Amino acid sequence: MTFLSQRSDALLKLLLVAFLAALLSFAGVGQGAQADSVGEEFEYGISGNVRLDGEPLAGVELSVSGGGYDAKTVTGEDGKWYIGVPGTEGDSYTVTLNQETLPEGIAVTEGDGTSSVTLGKANPVIQNFFIGEGERLTVSLFDQIVARLIYGVNFGLMLGLAAVGLSLVYGTTGLSNFAHSEMVTFGAIAALLLGTILQMPVWLAIPVAVLLSGAMGWALDAGLWKPLRKKGLALVQLMIVSIGLALMVRYIFQYFIGGGTEQLPGFGAPKVTLFGSVALSQTDLISMAISITVILVFAWWLLNSKTGKATRAISDNPDLAAASGIDVDKVIRTVWIISGALAGLAGVLWAYFRPGIKWDMGAQILLLIFAAVTLGGLGTAFGALLGSLVVGILVETSSLVIPADLKYVGALVVLIGILLFRPQGILGKKQRIG
Amino acid sequence: MDWGSILNNTAAGLLTPTTLAFALAALGLAMHFGFAGLLNFGIAGFMAVGAYGYAISVLTFGLPWWLGMLMGIVASVIFALILGIPTLRLRGDYLAIVTIAAAEILRLLFLTTAFEPVTGSADGLFGFNNAGGFSDANPFPPGTYGFGPWTYNAQTLWVLVFGLAVLAVAVFLLWALMRSPWGRVIKGIREDEDAVRALGKNVFAYKMQALVIGGVFGALGGIVLATSTNVSPGVYVTSLTFFLWTALLLGGAATIFGPVLGSIIFWVLQAFLTNVLPALAASGILPVSGIQAATLRYVLVGLGLMLIVIYRPQGIFGDKREMTFVK
Repeated sequence: MTFLSQRSDALLKLLLVAFLAALLSFAGVGQGAQADSVGEEFEYGISGNVRLDGEPLAGVELSVSGGGYDAKTVTGEDGKWYIGVPGTEGDSYTVTLNQETLPEGIAVTEGDGTSSVTLGKANPVIQNFFIGEGERLTVSLFDQIVARLIYGVNFGLMLGLAAVGLSLVYGTTGLSNFAHSEMVTFGAIAALLLGTILQMPVWLAIPVAVLLSGAMGWALDAGLWKPLRKKGLALVQLMIVSIGLALMVRYIFQYFIGGGTEQLPGFGAPKVTLFGSVALSQTDLISMAISITVILVFAWWLLNSKTGKATRAISDNPDLAAASGIDVDKVIRTVWIISGALAGLAGVLWAYFRPGIKWDMGAQILLLIFAAVTLGGLGTAFGALLGSLVVGILVETSSLVIPADLKYVGALVVLIGILLFRPQGILGKKQRIG
Repeated sequence: MDWGSILNNTAAGLLTPTTLAFALAALGLAMHFGFAGLLNFGIAGFMAVGAYGYAISVLTFGLPWWLGMLMGIVASVIFALILGIPTLRLRGDYLAIVTIAAAEILRLLFLTTAFEPVTGSADGLFGFNNAGGFSDANPFPPGTYGFGPWTYNAQTLWVLVFGLAVLAVAVFLLWALMRSPWGRVIKGIREDEDAVRALGKNVFAYKMQALVIGGVFGALGGIVLATSTNVSPGVYVTSLTFFLWTALLLGGAATIFGPVLGSIIFWVLQAFLTNVLPALAASGILPVSGIQAATLRYVLVGLGLMLIVIYRPQGIFGDKREMTFVK
């Protein structure tokens, strides 16, 4: 039993569990004994879970057709099914649930039991049907909103970890670092490799991965950004260099881990019911606790430590800071290390939230991170945190009203909208926008 | 290793609809960034607007092909206006982030299943070249044309001739514009916006005009690409924008022929690497798998982009005195 199925179960109280994320079905594919599977030789697949009142339904027939390919399967004792398909990302298939194989008096309550499915980044694609006795119970709107808010805060905190690093680098060096997304991915991949290759336990692998990410930040500054600053490259040039770096590193990741999705250990942790039908998995709760702790420590550091104060001074006015005896290079080096470490941690948490590790997982949220930073005010650390929470909550709650595949659009529209009315961002200072 | 076929495929990369579409879009970027100094990272969005504008006009509204293409251009003008009004008064890096976000919004809107009857969702759109009469407008009788690696059937020849004609007009337009007084004001804005403003010019209006003209070039790139294949949202991704920037900076951002030559070099190199890397892997010279060998060429694109910007920011054909990267 994986936690996302329970989340939906509790959240929507559907007669049939509606949504499983890629992680669950990944488990389903991996544990072929549980799910009734056909076509496992193909890279892509479609899967689902047939349940009635939370109980799995066995013996329900499902078929997939499209692109000249046809396949059929029957759900196993656990109600799960999986059908591999020969297509690739972007191809569409029709999934049909044979309603005659459902128990007496039970039917698909939404739609007619057929649905069009498009292969996407999440593999396998999840296709579930609402089944019941002609009526469909829903969770109260209040519970839905509360649950979405909590997921939004969780997502926002994760974004915030990545966003403060980006914002600090921007504040101290003026660089809009498009390769920040690759630092996010690096953290997750480092944790994966430490766990699988060196067999480290997960509680050790994650801190070591965060340290490695910090080292990566240091190495990038020492090996690339500092020499380029000394060479006197313009900011736009540096920005385009960061784009080249992002492309290069992203494909290096793909070179080593391939195009598939990998999982960190412990992603299927059990759920904890908070109240009513609102439930979170243990990884969600731990993830939020870690984010809040790290952000508080970081905020204390920024406000009270000598380097933290120097960082803010350089963000305000680099020339004045240098003139008053601050070692700008040293502070920038520290900022890069912190930025790398926080991005790496965000990557690990993102791997649990998505869920899964993929070569372009960082690039998927790069624009949301930029939106958060711009919303809060470019170059301000606390603005970036605030912006991240707004973006996180907006993305999660907007899926209540708009189609789920458009949920990132809301955040990006807000990004453009804020520039119309308050281009310096929520906490930014007016003179920053020149 | 079959060097004959590798070199043959590489030579074919010299003239393809994709190369022409890249050249057109890179010309648009040259207008935006090279001449007006506007950091447009949403050129893939302009291409998508052109391609979808053409395809949707034909398939949904039943317009003839030339009117459909015109609608694609009109759509890109509207997109440029919507994008420019909130952002052109802002500093360069804001424009970069907003344009990249706008292009991504467009792609997600074309991709979502909510508008599937019109946009075709992830499948994209196809059949519009026949439905709109573009294929029937082919003046070349059926047959085989050209020689060696450049052998085409009548349909491909028509697509290429059409693309070349559009490209020639665009190159001429850009050349004429940039030697006009209007072009001098645009270059002045790139070098020192405040100085131009002090001369009494309406900088915002000039930037907007540059954004619209470059955007139309981008849309034409999308349309030329659409004449050769179907329209699919998976094409107009952020990576396309970055590849176009690579082609532009390779040739030289502030030049007329640089973007065209840059696109040709980019695609000839891509065609070469696509063929040679897997061949090297297969023959055991490179100790990698075939899939890894295919990934390597994108690693090389990223590395190439970094090296150009660091060591030759004016591009191969650029003039160092043209300040493209203003501090």
